[in-house]
Amino acid sequence: MNSENTAQTEGLSGYPSAAPLEFRHVGKRYPGASRAAIEDLSFAVPAGEICVLVGPSGCGKTTAMRLVNRMIDLSSGDILLDGVSVAQRKPAELRREIGYVIQQIGLFPHQTIAQNVATVPKLLGWDRQRTARRVAELLELVGLPHEMGERYPAELSGGQRQRVGVARALAADPPLMLMDEPFGAIDPINRERLQNEFLRLQREIRKTIVFVTHDIDEAIKMGDRIAVMREGGRLAQYATPDELLADPADDFVASFVGADRGLKRLTLSQLDDISLLDGAAAHVGDPAADARALADRQQTDELVVVDGGEVPIGRLPVERLNGRPVSADDVDPLVATASRETSLRDALSLVVADGNRPLVVVDDDGRLAGLVSLELISDALRPPG
Amino acid sequence: MTAALAAPFAQSDPVIPEFGRGSSCVRDNGLFCWGWVKDNWSDTLQPALLEHIALTLIAVLIGSLIAFALALAAHKRGWMATPVVVVTGFLYTIPSLALFQLLVPITGLTRTTAEIALVSYTLLILFRNMLAGLSGVPAEVRDAALGMGMTERQLLWKVELPLALPAIVAGLRIATVTVISLATVAVFVVNEGLGAPIYSALQQTFKTELIAAGALCVALALVADGLLVLVQRALSPWTRTARP
Repeated sequence: MNSENTAQTEGLSGYPSAAPLEFRHVGKRYPGASRAAIEDLSFAVPAGEICVLVGPSGCGKTTAMRLVNRMIDLSSGDILLDGVSVAQRKPAELRREIGYVIQQIGLFPHQTIAQNVATVPKLLGWDRQRTARRVAELLELVGLPHEMGERYPAELSGGQRQRVGVARALAADPPLMLMDEPFGAIDPINRERLQNEFLRLQREIRKTIVFVTHDIDEAIKMGDRIAVMREGGRLAQYATPDELLADPADDFVASFVGADRGLKRLTLSQLDDISLLDGAAAHVGDPAADARALADRQQTDELVVVDGGEVPIGRLPVERLNGRPVSADDVDPLVATASRETSLRDALSLVVADGNRPLVVVDDDGRLAGLVSLELISDALRPPG
Repeated sequence: MTAALAAPFAQSDPVIPEFGRGSSCVRDNGLFCWGWVKDNWSDTLQPALLEHIALTLIAVLIGSLIAFALALAAHKRGWMATPVVVVTGFLYTIPSLALFQLLVPITGLTRTTAEIALVSYTLLILFRNMLAGLSGVPAEVRDAALGMGMTERQLLWKVELPLALPAIVAGLRIATVTVISLATVAVFVVNEGLGAPIYSALQQTFKTELIAAGALCVALALVADGLLVLVQRALSPWTRTARP
C-alpha cells in the first residue's frame, strides 16, 4: 500500500512496520502512595495485534499504557519494545517512534491540520517535500479531503479531529501505537463508524496497538487480545475476546464482562462462520408430495419457498398445500432476511422477533444461502474445545 | 493675561520669547493655535515625541524581558507565582512621584531613574498575562506534544508560547498604554518626553502647548495599541477561525 511506503522505504530507525511489545513484571509505585498503582504486570503483545487494556476506573490501565512511552517511568520490571528495554531509550527519541492518540486528541490549535500531522516528521528532521507527501498520504488514508490540510482544528467536527489525531500518530509509521480511549469523547453513532474505520485501517497498516478503554463492548470489538485489569493495577485475565467471554477467569472478570457475555460472544461471529441448514427450500411448482416430504425431513410444518432464480419469496405452511403444487400465491412474505455478514447476535434477534422461525440467509446476489435456526446459534455458543 | 498687558509685550522685547513671537492667537493664549504647533513642531514637539517613544520602548522592552524570565520560572515552578505577584504588585502600588523620590538619591536625576520607575510599573501586568497565557495551554495539548516526542524546550517554543501569544500581547497593550501615559511624569527627574512641553505649558498656563502635547500622548497610545493588535492578528491567525 502506498501510504506506508514513504516512511518505510526511507526507514525510521531500522524498525519493522510493527514490533512486539512485552510487559515483564512491571510495577509502578508513586512516592508516598500506600499501595502500588501497577503490580507485577506481565503480558506480551505479538507484532501487528491490537491489545486492549480494559478495566474499571482507577485500575491503572492508562498508567500502564503511559509506562510504555515513558510518559511515566517504571518503578520495577521492564517493558521491551522489539526486544529492547524502553528504560534504555531517551524518552523524546522513544516517543517519536511510538504513535500516541489520547481521548481529547490534543491537536495544536495554532497549527493547521497539515502542520499538526507533520509534527513528528518535523521533529525527526524530514525534508519539506517528503513531509508534504506523507501528510497528503495520511489525510487520504484516514479519509479526509486534501483541502482540509489548510484548516485549523477549531474548524473541524469531533470526528474529523479524531481522524486527524490518528493520522498525526501514524505520521512517522511507528511500529507501535498507544491509544488512550481514542473514541471516548465521540457520540455513539460516530464512535461506531470510527471504530469500524479504524479496524479497516488496521487491516492495512498492521500496527502493534495498545488500546485503553473502560468499555468492555469496545474492548471486545477492537481487541485481538484483551487484558482485563482490576484495582491496584493487577492483571485479572489476558485472553482473546472469545476466550474471555466463554471462560472468564474469576468472578471479577465474569461480572466485568457482564451477565450477557453469551450474547456478546455472538457479536464476535458472523453467519459466515457457522454452517447453515441448506437445501431446505421448496421451489415454486414443486408437487405437493415432494414439498410435504421435504417438510417431514426437516421436521417442520412450514417451508421456505424460492422462485425459479433461487430467490426466497416467503414461507408456506404445509397445511395450505392441500394436494396442489407449491404456488407463489399461497406463501406468506418474509419478515426479514440476513446476509452472511450478519452477526450471530443480530441473527438471534431476527429469529426471536419472527417467532423462533428459522432465519432466511441470502447471498449478495439475493439467492438463498441457507437457513439458520435457534439451535444452530446456541450450538455456536458452546465453549471452545 | 489682559489686553492692556499684552500690548506693550508686542512692541518691546518680549519677556517670554515664545509668546512674543507668536500670532495674536498665541498672544491671547487662545484655546488652540495651529500656527504655534507648526512653528514649534520641529524644535519642541517632535523631539519630545521621539524621546517619549524611546522612553516607552525601552521601558516596555526591559519590562518584557524581566517579566518573561519571571513568567518562565513561575511556569516551571508553580510556587514562584505568588511571591512574584506580591512583589510586582507592591511596585505597582507605589505612587510614581514617591518612587522617583526614592530613586533619585541612588541613580540621580537621570533617564535611568525614569526607566526604573516605568519598568517597575509594567512588571505586574506583563507577568500576570504571560503566566496566564502559558498556563492556559490545555493539558491535553501539552500531553500530546510531549507524547509525540517534543522536548520541554520544543514544547515551550513551538506550542506553549505561540498559544500564549494572544494573552501576552493583551498584557503588552495595557503595559504600553500605561507607560505612555506615565512617562509624562518622568519630567520630574529628566527633561525628556512629552512631559517636558506639558510641564512648561503648565508653568506658563499656555493652553496650546498643553493641549498639543497631551493630544500627542493620547494619539501615541492609540497608535501603539492599534499596532499591537495588528501584530497579534498577524502572528496568531488561528484565533480568527471558528467552526463554520
